[in-house]
Amino acid sequence: MCLAVPMKVLEIEGSPDDFLSGQIAVVDADGIRKETRLDVVDRWPEIGDYLIIHAGFAIHTLDPEEAKTNIRLMHEMVEKVEGLEATENNS
Amino acid sequence: MKYVDEFRDYALAEPLLKELRRSVTTSFRVMEVCGTHTMSIFRSGLRTLLPEGVELISGPGCPVCVTSASHIDAILAIAERTNVRIALFGDLFRVPGSSGLSLANASSQGTKVDIVYSPMDSLELARNYPEDMVVFLGVGFETTTPGIAATIMAAKNSNVDNFSVFSTHKTMPPPLLALLDDPELQIDGLLCPGHVSSIIGAGAYQPLVDRYGLACVVGGFEPADILQALILLARQVGRGEAKVENAYTRAVRWEENSRAQQMVHNIFEPADMEWRGLGMIPQSGLAIREEYGHFDAEKRLNIKLTPAEEPKGCRCGEILKGKELPSQCPLFGKRCTPGNPIGPCMVSSEGTCAAFYKYDQ
Ligand code: SF4
Repeated sequence: MCLAVPMKVLEIEGSPDDFLSGQIAVVDADGIRKETRLDVVDRWPEIGDYLIIHAGFAIHTLDPEEAKTNIRLMHEMVEKVEGLEATENNS
Repeated sequence: MKYVDEFRDYALAEPLLKELRRSVTTSFRVMEVCGTHTMSIFRSGLRTLLPEGVELISGPGCPVCVTSASHIDAILAIAERTNVRIALFGDLFRVPGSSGLSLANASSQGTKVDIVYSPMDSLELARNYPEDMVVFLGVGFETTTPGIAATIMAAKNSNVDNFSVFSTHKTMPPPLLALLDDPELQIDGLLCPGHVSSIIGAGAYQPLVDRYGLACVVGGFEPADILQALILLARQVGRGEAKVENAYTRAVRWEENSRAQQMVHNIFEPADMEWRGLGMIPQSGLAIREEYGHFDAEKRLNIKLTPAEEPKGCRCGEILKGKELPSQCPLFGKRCTPGNPIGPCMVSSEGTCAAFYKYDQ
Protein backbone atom coordinates (compact mmCIF):
# COMPACT_ATOMS: atom_id res chain seq x y z
CA MET A 1 0.00 0.00 0.00
CA CYS A 2 2.95 2.35 0.38
CA LEU A 3 3.94 3.95 -2.89
CA ALA A 4 6.96 6.13 -2.44
CA VAL A 5 6.31 8.30 -5.44
CA PRO A 6 7.06 11.93 -4.61
CA MET A 7 4.76 14.31 -6.47
CA LYS A 8 5.37 17.91 -7.36
CA VAL A 9 3.12 20.58 -5.84
CA LEU A 10 1.41 22.80 -8.42
CA GLU A 11 -1.28 24.56 -6.36
CA ILE A 12 -2.25 24.88 -2.69
CA GLU A 13 -5.65 25.58 -1.12
CA GLY A 14 -6.36 26.38 2.52
CA SER A 15 -3.97 27.19 5.34
CA PRO A 16 -2.06 25.06 7.87
CA ASP A 17 -4.16 25.88 10.94
CA ASP A 18 -7.60 25.99 9.42
CA PHE A 19 -9.10 22.50 9.50
CA LEU A 20 -12.59 23.71 8.68
CA SER A 21 -12.02 24.51 5.03
CA GLY A 22 -10.21 22.02 2.84
CA GLN A 23 -6.43 21.70 3.02
CA ILE A 24 -5.61 20.51 -0.44
CA ALA A 25 -2.68 20.50 -2.84
CA VAL A 26 -2.86 19.90 -6.55
CA VAL A 27 0.08 17.69 -7.50
CA ASP A 28 1.55 16.40 -10.71
CA ALA A 29 1.58 12.65 -11.09
CA ASP A 30 3.17 11.58 -14.36
CA GLY A 31 1.72 14.60 -16.13
CA ILE A 32 -1.74 14.07 -14.64
CA ARG A 33 -3.12 16.51 -12.09
CA LYS A 34 -4.34 15.04 -8.86
CA GLU A 35 -5.57 16.39 -5.56
CA THR A 36 -4.13 15.36 -2.23
CA ARG A 37 -5.08 16.35 1.33
CA LEU A 38 -2.64 18.31 3.48
CA ASP A 39 -4.30 17.72 6.88
CA VAL A 40 -1.50 15.53 8.25
CA VAL A 41 1.58 16.51 6.25
CA ASP A 42 4.66 17.08 8.45
CA ARG A 43 5.56 20.44 6.88
CA TRP A 44 3.14 22.73 5.04
CA PRO A 45 4.49 22.75 1.47
CA GLU A 46 5.25 25.52 -0.97
CA ILE A 47 4.63 25.39 -4.68
CA GLY A 48 7.47 23.44 -6.29
CA ASP A 49 8.05 21.19 -3.27
CA TYR A 50 7.54 17.44 -3.47
CA LEU A 51 5.07 15.38 -1.42
CA ILE A 52 5.06 11.74 -0.36
CA ILE A 53 1.44 10.62 -0.38
CA HIS A 54 -0.31 7.75 1.35
CA ALA A 55 -3.98 6.90 0.60
CA GLY A 56 -4.84 10.38 -0.58
CA PHE A 57 -3.01 12.19 2.25
CA ALA A 58 0.40 13.84 1.97
CA ILE A 59 2.59 12.71 4.87
CA HIS A 60 5.97 14.27 4.08
CA THR A 61 7.24 17.38 2.30
CA LEU A 62 10.60 17.58 0.56
CA ASP A 63 11.99 20.75 -0.94
CA PRO A 64 13.63 20.44 -4.36
CA GLU A 65 17.07 20.78 -2.73
CA GLU A 66 16.41 17.83 -0.40
CA ALA A 67 15.17 15.84 -3.36
CA LYS A 68 18.41 16.53 -5.23
CA THR A 69 20.57 15.73 -2.20
CA ASN A 70 18.93 12.34 -1.93
CA ILE A 71 19.72 11.53 -5.52
CA ARG A 72 23.29 12.74 -5.08
CA LEU A 73 23.81 10.60 -1.99
CA MET A 74 22.66 7.54 -3.84
CA HIS A 75 25.01 8.27 -6.74
CA GLU A 76 27.87 8.91 -4.38
CA MET A 77 27.32 5.57 -2.76
CA VAL A 78 27.42 3.87 -6.14
CA GLU A 79 30.45 5.85 -7.28
CA LYS A 80 32.31 5.01 -4.13
CA VAL A 81 31.61 1.35 -4.75
CA GLU A 82 32.82 1.62 -8.31
CA GLY A 83 35.88 3.54 -7.16
CA LEU A 84 36.71 0.75 -4.75
CA GLU A 85 36.31 -1.76 -7.49
CA ALA A 86 38.74 0.08 -9.73
CA THR A 87 41.43 0.11 -7.03
CA GLU A 88 40.85 -3.55 -6.29
CA ASN A 89 41.19 -4.47 -9.93
CA ASN A 90 44.37 -2.48 -10.25
CA SER A 91 46.04 -4.05 -7.29
CA MET B 1 9.24 12.86 -12.62
CA LYS B 2 12.89 12.32 -13.23
CA TYR B 3 13.26 12.23 -9.47
CA VAL B 4 11.24 9.05 -9.20
CA ASP B 5 12.98 7.39 -12.10
CA GLU B 6 16.31 7.91 -10.41
CA PHE B 7 15.28 5.61 -7.61
CA ARG B 8 13.65 3.08 -9.91
CA ASP B 9 16.82 2.91 -11.92
CA TYR B 10 17.98 -0.68 -11.94
CA ALA B 11 21.42 0.44 -13.03
CA LEU B 12 21.84 1.50 -9.43
CA ALA B 13 21.00 -1.95 -8.15
CA GLU B 14 23.97 -3.81 -9.60
CA PRO B 15 26.75 -1.85 -7.86
CA LEU B 16 24.69 -1.83 -4.65
CA LEU B 17 24.39 -5.61 -4.81
CA LYS B 18 28.15 -5.85 -5.22
CA GLU B 19 28.63 -3.63 -2.21
CA LEU B 20 26.19 -5.75 -0.23
CA ARG B 21 28.19 -8.88 -1.11
CA ARG B 22 31.28 -7.15 0.10
CA SER B 23 29.61 -5.94 3.30
CA VAL B 24 28.38 -9.35 4.41
CA THR B 25 31.18 -10.63 6.62
CA THR B 26 29.05 -12.79 8.86
CA SER B 27 25.69 -14.36 8.11
CA PHE B 28 22.63 -12.68 9.57
CA ARG B 29 18.85 -12.74 9.70
CA VAL B 30 16.76 -9.67 9.09
CA MET B 31 13.05 -9.28 9.63
CA GLU B 32 11.40 -7.04 7.07
CA VAL B 33 8.54 -5.66 9.11
CA CYS B 34 6.46 -4.08 6.39
CA GLY B 35 4.28 -5.92 3.87
CA THR B 36 5.22 -3.44 1.16
CA HIS B 37 8.86 -4.41 1.67
CA THR B 38 7.96 -8.10 1.39
CA MET B 39 6.18 -7.49 -1.89
CA SER B 40 8.89 -5.26 -3.31
CA ILE B 41 11.64 -7.74 -2.40
CA PHE B 42 9.83 -10.49 -4.28
CA ARG B 43 8.60 -8.43 -7.21
CA SER B 44 12.00 -6.99 -7.98
CA GLY B 45 13.62 -10.41 -7.79
CA LEU B 46 15.91 -9.17 -5.01
CA ARG B 47 15.25 -12.25 -2.94
CA THR B 48 16.98 -14.49 -5.42
CA LEU B 49 19.92 -12.10 -5.87
CA LEU B 50 20.84 -11.73 -2.22
CA PRO B 51 24.29 -12.97 -1.29
CA GLU B 52 24.67 -16.08 0.79
CA GLY B 53 24.43 -15.43 4.50
CA VAL B 54 21.61 -12.88 4.26
CA GLU B 55 18.31 -14.34 5.36
CA LEU B 56 15.12 -12.29 5.16
CA ILE B 57 12.02 -13.20 7.12
CA SER B 58 8.67 -11.42 6.95
CA GLY B 59 7.14 -9.84 9.99
CA PRO B 60 3.72 -8.67 11.17
CA GLY B 61 3.48 -5.67 8.83
CA CYS B 62 0.70 -6.60 6.44
CA PRO B 63 -2.32 -4.81 7.94
CA VAL B 64 -4.94 -7.11 6.42
CA CYS B 65 -3.02 -10.22 7.48
CA VAL B 66 -2.84 -9.22 11.15
CA THR B 67 -6.55 -8.36 11.36
CA SER B 68 -7.93 -11.02 13.67
CA ALA B 69 -10.56 -13.55 12.69
CA SER B 70 -12.97 -12.04 15.22
CA HIS B 71 -12.60 -8.61 13.60
CA ILE B 72 -13.22 -10.10 10.17
CA ASP B 73 -16.35 -11.79 11.55
CA ALA B 74 -17.49 -8.47 13.05
CA ILE B 75 -17.00 -6.80 9.66
CA LEU B 76 -19.13 -9.50 8.04
CA ALA B 77 -21.78 -8.97 10.73
CA ILE B 78 -21.82 -5.24 9.87
CA ALA B 79 -22.26 -6.18 6.22
CA GLU B 80 -25.43 -8.09 7.11
CA ARG B 81 -27.14 -5.01 8.51
CA THR B 82 -29.68 -3.28 6.33
CA ASN B 83 -29.02 0.27 5.18
CA VAL B 84 -25.29 -0.16 5.58
CA ARG B 85 -22.80 0.65 2.87
CA ILE B 86 -19.25 -0.54 3.46
CA ALA B 87 -16.24 1.45 2.25
CA LEU B 88 -12.83 -0.20 2.36
CA PHE B 89 -9.35 -0.54 0.91
CA GLY B 90 -9.50 -3.33 -1.66
CA ASP B 91 -7.37 -5.94 0.04
CA LEU B 92 -9.99 -6.77 2.67
CA PHE B 93 -12.62 -7.65 0.11
CA ARG B 94 -11.79 -11.33 -0.22
CA VAL B 95 -10.63 -12.23 3.29
CA PRO B 96 -12.83 -15.10 4.52
CA GLY B 97 -14.37 -15.01 7.99
CA SER B 98 -14.74 -18.09 10.15
CA SER B 99 -17.75 -19.16 8.06
CA GLY B 100 -15.48 -19.29 5.00
CA LEU B 101 -17.42 -16.43 3.40
CA SER B 102 -16.01 -12.98 2.65
CA LEU B 103 -17.24 -9.49 1.79
CA ALA B 104 -16.98 -10.56 -1.84
CA ASN B 105 -19.66 -13.17 -1.13
CA ALA B 106 -21.76 -10.65 0.81
CA SER B 107 -21.51 -8.21 -2.05
CA SER B 108 -22.74 -10.79 -4.55
CA GLN B 109 -25.68 -11.31 -2.16
CA GLY B 110 -26.55 -7.64 -2.37
CA THR B 111 -24.49 -5.94 0.38
CA LYS B 112 -23.32 -2.53 -0.77
CA VAL B 113 -19.52 -2.52 -0.77
CA ASP B 114 -17.36 0.24 -2.25
CA ILE B 115 -13.61 0.01 -2.64
CA VAL B 116 -12.09 3.46 -2.10
CA TYR B 117 -8.64 4.94 -2.62
CA SER B 118 -8.76 7.40 0.26
CA PRO B 119 -10.89 7.43 3.43
CA MET B 120 -12.11 10.88 2.33
CA ASP B 121 -13.86 9.16 -0.58
CA SER B 122 -16.09 7.40 1.93
CA LEU B 123 -17.30 10.77 3.19
CA GLU B 124 -18.29 11.57 -0.37
CA LEU B 125 -20.22 8.28 -0.45
CA ALA B 126 -22.04 9.28 2.75
CA ARG B 127 -23.11 12.53 1.10
CA ASN B 128 -24.25 10.74 -2.03
CA TYR B 129 -26.22 8.05 -0.18
CA PRO B 130 -27.92 9.87 2.71
CA GLU B 131 -30.23 6.90 3.37
CA ASP B 132 -27.27 4.55 4.07
CA MET B 133 -24.90 4.42 7.02
CA VAL B 134 -21.48 4.42 5.39
CA VAL B 135 -19.03 2.35 7.46
CA PHE B 136 -15.36 2.78 6.61
CA LEU B 137 -13.24 -0.21 7.61
CA GLY B 138 -10.24 1.28 9.36
CA VAL B 139 -7.46 -1.26 8.94
CA GLY B 140 -3.87 -0.13 9.04
CA PHE B 141 -0.86 1.16 10.94
CA GLU B 142 0.55 4.57 11.79
CA THR B 143 0.66 5.65 8.14
CA THR B 144 -3.02 5.07 7.48
CA THR B 145 -4.52 6.25 10.77
CA PRO B 146 -3.79 10.00 10.45
CA GLY B 147 -5.82 10.23 7.23
CA ILE B 148 -8.69 8.36 8.83
CA ALA B 149 -8.53 10.65 11.87
CA ALA B 150 -8.64 13.65 9.52
CA THR B 151 -11.66 12.12 7.78
CA ILE B 152 -13.52 11.71 11.09
CA MET B 153 -12.70 15.30 11.96
CA ALA B 154 -13.95 16.45 8.56
CA ALA B 155 -17.17 14.46 9.09
CA LYS B 156 -17.73 16.24 12.37
CA ASN B 157 -16.87 19.68 11.01
CA SER B 158 -19.16 19.29 8.02
CA ASN B 159 -21.96 17.57 9.98
CA VAL B 160 -22.00 14.35 8.00
CA ASP B 161 -24.14 12.15 10.21
CA ASN B 162 -24.39 8.88 8.30
CA PHE B 163 -20.69 8.04 8.49
CA SER B 164 -18.73 5.89 10.92
CA VAL B 165 -15.44 4.02 11.17
CA PHE B 166 -14.88 0.47 12.36
CA SER B 167 -11.48 0.81 14.00
CA THR B 168 -8.99 -2.03 14.04
CA HIS B 169 -6.09 0.44 13.84
CA LYS B 170 -2.82 -0.79 15.18
CA THR B 171 0.52 0.66 16.19
CA MET B 172 3.81 -0.96 15.22
CA PRO B 173 6.16 -0.77 18.20
CA PRO B 174 4.10 -2.97 20.63
CA PRO B 175 4.01 -6.15 18.46
CA LEU B 176 7.72 -5.79 17.68
CA LEU B 177 8.44 -5.73 21.40
CA ALA B 178 6.15 -8.73 21.91
CA LEU B 179 7.89 -10.67 19.13
CA LEU B 180 11.37 -9.83 20.30
CA ASP B 181 10.59 -10.96 23.82
CA ASP B 182 10.04 -14.44 22.36
CA PRO B 183 13.35 -16.30 22.74
CA GLU B 184 12.47 -18.55 19.79
CA LEU B 185 12.75 -15.67 17.35
CA GLN B 186 16.41 -15.25 16.45
CA ILE B 187 17.09 -12.14 14.41
CA ASP B 188 20.01 -9.76 14.14
CA GLY B 189 18.36 -6.80 12.54
CA LEU B 190 15.17 -5.10 11.49
CA LEU B 191 14.42 -3.54 8.14
CA CYS B 192 12.10 -0.90 9.58
CA PRO B 193 8.98 0.17 7.65
CA GLY B 194 9.47 3.28 5.51
CA HIS B 195 6.17 5.09 5.78
CA VAL B 196 5.26 4.07 9.30
CA SER B 197 8.61 5.64 10.19
CA SER B 198 7.77 8.85 8.39
CA ILE B 199 4.97 9.24 10.96
CA ILE B 200 6.65 7.92 14.13
CA GLY B 201 10.20 9.04 13.25
CA ALA B 202 13.31 6.86 13.01
CA GLY B 203 13.99 7.64 16.67
CA ALA B 204 11.08 5.38 17.64
CA TYR B 205 13.32 2.30 17.16
CA GLN B 206 15.94 3.41 19.66
CA PRO B 207 14.24 1.39 22.47
CA LEU B 208 14.66 -1.77 20.35
CA VAL B 209 18.37 -1.05 20.02
CA ASP B 210 18.71 -0.38 23.73
CA ARG B 211 16.69 -3.37 24.88
CA TYR B 212 17.61 -6.07 22.36
CA GLY B 213 20.84 -4.85 20.80
CA LEU B 214 19.18 -5.07 17.44
CA ALA B 215 20.46 -3.33 14.30
CA CYS B 216 17.59 -1.16 13.01
CA VAL B 217 17.64 0.46 9.58
CA VAL B 218 14.72 2.35 8.05
CA GLY B 219 14.40 1.63 4.35
CA GLY B 220 12.33 2.80 1.40
CA PHE B 221 10.54 0.55 -1.06
CA GLU B 222 12.46 0.70 -4.32
CA PRO B 223 15.09 -2.02 -4.88
CA ALA B 224 17.91 0.53 -4.52
CA ASP B 225 16.42 1.73 -1.22
CA ILE B 226 16.18 -1.80 0.14
CA LEU B 227 19.72 -2.68 -0.93
CA GLN B 228 21.05 0.44 0.71
CA ALA B 229 19.30 -0.52 3.96
CA LEU B 230 20.64 -4.08 3.76
CA ILE B 231 24.19 -2.79 3.25
CA LEU B 232 23.90 -0.70 6.40
CA LEU B 233 22.47 -3.70 8.29
CA ALA B 234 25.27 -5.97 7.07
CA ARG B 235 27.91 -3.46 8.13
CA GLN B 236 26.37 -3.05 11.59
CA VAL B 237 26.11 -6.79 12.16
CA GLY B 238 29.63 -7.33 10.81
CA ARG B 239 31.06 -4.78 13.22
CA GLY B 240 28.98 -6.03 16.12
CA GLU B 241 27.18 -2.69 16.32
CA ALA B 242 23.55 -1.93 16.99
CA LYS B 243 22.03 1.45 16.22
CA VAL B 244 19.23 3.11 14.34
CA GLU B 245 20.13 4.28 10.83
CA ASN B 246 17.93 5.95 8.30
CA ALA B 247 18.39 4.86 4.68
CA TYR B 248 15.18 6.58 3.59
CA THR B 249 15.89 10.24 4.25
CA ARG B 250 13.63 11.45 1.46
CA ALA B 251 10.60 10.41 3.50
CA VAL B 252 11.76 9.89 7.08
CA ARG B 253 13.26 12.15 9.74
CA TRP B 254 14.52 11.24 13.19
CA GLU B 255 11.59 13.09 14.76
CA GLU B 256 7.95 12.10 14.43
CA ASN B 257 5.49 13.86 12.12
CA SER B 258 3.84 15.82 14.89
CA ARG B 259 0.95 17.18 12.81
CA ALA B 260 -0.09 13.64 11.94
CA GLN B 261 0.41 12.32 15.47
CA GLN B 262 -1.59 15.21 16.92
CA MET B 263 -4.44 14.52 14.53
CA VAL B 264 -4.46 10.86 15.57
CA HIS B 265 -4.30 11.81 19.25
CA ASN B 266 -7.29 14.14 18.88
CA ILE B 267 -9.55 11.38 17.61
CA PHE B 268 -8.11 8.10 18.93
CA GLU B 269 -6.79 6.72 22.20
CA PRO B 270 -4.61 3.64 22.82
CA ALA B 271 -6.55 0.43 23.43
CA ASP B 272 -5.80 -3.28 23.76
CA MET B 273 -5.96 -4.98 20.39
CA GLU B 274 -6.12 -8.55 19.16
CA TRP B 275 -3.68 -9.45 16.37
CA ARG B 276 -3.89 -12.52 14.19
CA GLY B 277 -1.13 -14.87 15.24
CA LEU B 278 0.07 -12.65 18.07
CA GLY B 279 -3.09 -12.58 20.19
CA MET B 280 -4.06 -9.70 22.44
CA ILE B 281 -1.33 -7.08 22.81
CA PRO B 282 -1.94 -4.39 25.45
CA GLN B 283 -2.25 -0.84 24.13
CA SER B 284 -1.33 -1.85 20.59
CA GLY B 285 -4.52 -0.59 19.02
CA LEU B 286 -6.41 2.67 18.65
CA ALA B 287 -10.03 3.19 19.64
CA ILE B 288 -12.13 6.24 18.78
CA ARG B 289 -12.38 8.63 21.73
CA GLU B 290 -15.70 9.10 23.55
CA GLU B 291 -15.94 12.62 22.17
CA TYR B 292 -16.10 11.25 18.62
CA GLY B 293 -18.18 8.20 19.61
CA HIS B 294 -20.82 9.27 17.13
CA PHE B 295 -18.44 8.15 14.38
CA ASP B 296 -17.54 4.84 16.00
CA ALA B 297 -19.24 2.03 14.07
CA GLU B 298 -18.83 -0.37 16.98
CA LYS B 299 -20.96 1.93 19.14
CA ARG B 300 -23.33 3.19 16.46
CA LEU B 301 -24.22 -0.31 15.28
CA ASN B 302 -23.69 -1.98 18.67
CA ILE B 303 -21.16 -4.49 17.31
CA LYS B 304 -19.76 -7.04 19.74
CA LEU B 305 -16.53 -8.88 19.05
CA THR B 306 -16.81 -12.60 19.63
CA PRO B 307 -13.93 -15.11 19.68
CA ALA B 308 -13.52 -16.72 16.26
CA GLU B 309 -11.71 -19.77 14.94
CA GLU B 310 -8.79 -19.39 12.57
CA PRO B 311 -9.39 -21.07 9.20
CA LYS B 312 -8.62 -24.77 9.72
CA GLY B 313 -5.03 -25.66 8.90
CA CYS B 314 -3.98 -22.08 8.10
CA ARG B 315 -0.50 -21.20 9.42
CA CYS B 316 -0.78 -17.43 8.92
CA GLY B 317 -0.24 -16.81 12.62
CA GLU B 318 3.14 -18.57 12.66
CA ILE B 319 4.14 -16.95 9.37
CA LEU B 320 3.35 -13.47 10.75
CA LYS B 321 5.63 -14.17 13.69
CA GLY B 322 8.47 -15.06 11.32
CA LYS B 323 8.50 -18.65 12.59
CA GLU B 324 7.34 -20.52 9.53
CA LEU B 325 7.46 -20.16 5.78
CA PRO B 326 4.40 -20.56 3.57
CA SER B 327 5.84 -23.79 2.18
CA GLN B 328 5.44 -25.29 5.65
CA CYS B 329 1.67 -24.86 5.43
CA PRO B 330 0.06 -28.04 4.10
CA LEU B 331 -2.59 -26.01 2.29
CA PHE B 332 -0.14 -23.71 0.46
CA GLY B 333 -0.55 -23.89 -3.30
CA LYS B 334 -2.93 -26.83 -2.99
CA ARG B 335 -6.20 -25.86 -1.35
CA CYS B 336 -5.03 -22.31 -0.74
CA THR B 337 -4.15 -20.18 -3.78
CA PRO B 338 -4.69 -16.51 -4.65
CA GLY B 339 -7.75 -17.59 -6.65
CA ASN B 340 -9.16 -19.48 -3.69
CA PRO B 341 -7.53 -18.07 -0.57
CA ILE B 342 -8.08 -19.68 2.81
CA GLY B 343 -6.19 -17.25 5.01
CA PRO B 344 -5.47 -13.52 4.81
CA CYS B 345 -1.75 -14.03 4.05
CA MET B 346 -2.84 -15.39 0.67
CA VAL B 347 -5.50 -12.75 0.05
CA SER B 348 -3.59 -9.58 0.67
CA SER B 349 -1.33 -8.38 -2.11
CA GLU B 350 1.20 -7.76 0.67
CA GLY B 351 0.75 -11.13 2.31
CA THR B 352 3.73 -13.45 2.57
CA CYS B 353 1.85 -16.46 1.17
CA ALA B 354 0.69 -14.43 -1.84
CA ALA B 355 4.24 -13.21 -2.44
CA PHE B 356 5.70 -16.73 -2.28
CA TYR B 357 2.96 -18.10 -4.52
CA LYS B 358 3.38 -15.43 -7.18
CA TYR B 359 7.14 -15.12 -7.27
CA ASP B 360 8.72 -18.13 -5.68
CA GLN B 361 7.00 -21.05 -7.37
S1 SF4 C 1 -1.06 -20.86 2.45
FE1 SF4 C 1 -3.16 -20.21 2.92
S2 SF4 C 1 -3.83 -21.53 4.53
FE2 SF4 C 1 -1.59 -21.69 4.46
S3 SF4 C 1 -0.85 -20.14 5.89
FE3 SF4 C 1 -0.94 -19.17 3.90
S4 SF4 C 1 -2.95 -18.20 3.85
FE4 SF4 C 1 -3.01 -19.70 5.53
